[in-house]
Amino acid sequence: MMIELENISRIRNNQSIDLNKITALSYHAFFDLSIKLFEQESKHCLTYFAYKKDKGLQFIMAVADDENHDIILLSHFLKSSEKQELKSLSETIFALHIFESEIHENFGVDFLNHPWLKPVRFAHNRANKKSQISNYPFYAIQSEELHEVGVGPIHAGIIEPGHFRFICNGENVLHLEIQFGWQHRGVEQLFLDKKHNLQRNILAENIAGDTVIGHTSTFVQTMEALADKQVSEQTQIERALALELERIAIHTGDIGALCTDAAYHLGSNVFAILRTLIINFTQFWCGNRFGKSLIRLGGTHLPFTEEFKKELLEVLLKFEKQFNEMAYVTYHLPSIQNRFDFVGTVSQKQARLIGTVGVSARMSQIERDIRVSHPNFAYQKYPYKTITAEKGDVFARFLLKKKEIARSIAWIRNLMDNYQFEASKTEKPNYNLTLQTNKLAISINEAWRGEVCHCAITNEEGNLEHYKITDPSLHNWKALELSLRNVEISDFPINNKSYNLSYCGHDL
Amino acid sequence: MLNEVKVIAHNGKQYIPDLRNVNLRAPYRGRPEISTVKVDEQALVDICPLGAISSNPVRIDLGKCAFCGECAFAFPEKIKFTQDYKISSNIRENLIVKEGENHPILFDKDKIRKDIKKTFSKSLKLRAVSAGGDNSCENELGASGNANFDMGRYGIEFVASPRHADGIVITGPITENMAEPLQICYDAIPSPKIIILAGVDAISGGVFAGSPALNRSFLDKYKIDLYIAGNPTHPLTIVNALLDLTR
Repeated sequence: MMIELENISRIRNNQSIDLNKITALSYHAFFDLSIKLFEQESKHCLTYFAYKKDKGLQFIMAVADDENHDIILLSHFLKSSEKQELKSLSETIFALHIFESEIHENFGVDFLNHPWLKPVRFAHNRANKKSQISNYPFYAIQSEELHEVGVGPIHAGIIEPGHFRFICNGENVLHLEIQFGWQHRGVEQLFLDKKHNLQRNILAENIAGDTVIGHTSTFVQTMEALADKQVSEQTQIERALALELERIAIHTGDIGALCTDAAYHLGSNVFAILRTLIINFTQFWCGNRFGKSLIRLGGTHLPFTEEFKKELLEVLLKFEKQFNEMAYVTYHLPSIQNRFDFVGTVSQKQARLIGTVGVSARMSQIERDIRVSHPNFAYQKYPYKTITAEKGDVFARFLLKKKEIARSIAWIRNLMDNYQFEASKTEKPNYNLTLQTNKLAISINEAWRGEVCHCAITNEEGNLEHYKITDPSLHNWKALELSLRNVEISDFPINNKSYNLSYCGHDL
Repeated sequence: MLNEVKVIAHNGKQYIPDLRNVNLRAPYRGRPEISTVKVDEQALVDICPLGAISSNPVRIDLGKCAFCGECAFAFPEKIKFTQDYKISSNIRENLIVKEGENHPILFDKDKIRKDIKKTFSKSLKLRAVSAGGDNSCENELGASGNANFDMGRYGIEFVASPRHADGIVITGPITENMAEPLQICYDAIPSPKIIILAGVDAISGGVFAGSPALNRSFLDKYKIDLYIAGNPTHPLTIVNALLDLTR
């Protein structure tokens, strides 16, 4: 059976579709079509997952089509009576490796010829309970000259747990493998177990505490799509505004953290207090420095007003002045340039191969940005123009964060100049949404790390049957591993900080 | 060099001189107050997404509270969040706020181990362990030492090794997969040592309470010396809690 590309099911960002309208293929056809799709640079995988349905496993793949600004949906079904093995797509399209590994871990499906079939997160409901976090199958070496260095799961700083295993030749790192799972809290299952939508809303805020707005706005958009609920224009704009504030705050913190690791204390201190300015504004708006309680289903308790606008413009003016002054010094410092330049490079070819998203893609001149390719209402009305860096090294990431801060500020100013905020333009939250039956809804947002994707499926009673979260870190951790190839082990911290990827977003 | 001096001059003094008395602006939600006004108590109990509210008399357990404010939005005449950020105690039950009893969250100084004040009042080095934390409490622990909050002025710091530490700060609901590393880290800290739970996830599991992916048995084995509420807990809350415990 040959399926033409024109006939496959497509939806827009923040929309839902009847389950029976999703293109269902034999695995053979699914395999061929996927390969054909991913030959094009404008397509990348948002998520690929499986869930138990009837007497087998239902597989769903969502592919972002940047050219048509929509999302392609493909599916195939594996009966439990069939042999639980499939030919691996990762062999050809490496970017899918993590998704196939996840399906393998959760359901025990074998992917033949998978190049790197490893445990993903040791989920509590994994298929093989004998696979233990204390017994991860690290890539190993037999050599007299080489040695291994293990770091973690608990790290020297105040950060989340993860284990890093380096294979080194003297100071030089030949290979890095990162072991995850320490942060696994069973988030996706909890979305199904919690029956009240407010509980789910709170849960979404706690998926990743540094991406509160990114995940929560994606959650509410997914659920609103399932319920066919349209929120007011202002509420949609407020969500985008909060997303940009989150980006400015975290990028600023990251720049400061990079200064810390390069032992530049002035930069470290000044960028840290500049971040405080932004998150304290967020607290002034919603009561929480990270934006918890701000994004709510169906509306908001905390509308943005002209009073907030006045304060925000003042904060941004102060921030920008101090930021630019500090950045001018920092980015011209020979010691910083020397430390970050040409270190931890990921080429555009590598980045495409492993399927990076967000900052980790844009650092290598890949223009991947959901605000541009799949803009929601706010970014349609107030367009954002993507910036990229060229070299894919630590300095590229360091520079890109600075440029994205400037662009986000410009975007916010444009919004402030052109939109009149009024509390009366918003509605109160609505937690009693009735979800449509037998639907799939998908939402993507460009959070500060990259695209956050949530996908929810309802059953014939309109209850959630499956909830799938894809944090940008899932796509991007491989980039850190590649960055460390032929880099001094002492450069690990600057590489790690320059990505600042999420452990809890990965482990869920 | 000259440019760097300019930066320092333009930034001026950034530290908050008196961390004990800062006026945070609403809508920051600190310690709630519950009035004696009669409302539909069952509706109030049901509205809390984390089961932190109980009735007869109405109580809010700040160890379970995400400070989402939904109760106050729905029953403004009954519940009001003040800007009092001192929401920590050495006694778990003291985190429960009762209807009509509007007083600060109390420490029971008699129940603080005697060697804590003696050993740690001038210098306290802590090891942070994130055990399923979402990185917001972790960020705030880090911010407690930045130029604004500057907890280092009291000799309180986070250190890179349990061997250098006087105690452990746990964030997150304690995942099954982190149970063993947490135990190993705690065992590696020399005595006398303290255990601090920071944030709602650590204190009660928060929104993750009851998840089969957690293993909170560590908490059954030891006496907890300090509970710091919040989601995440604010740097001002953290610094004040540590001072109240050790001084």
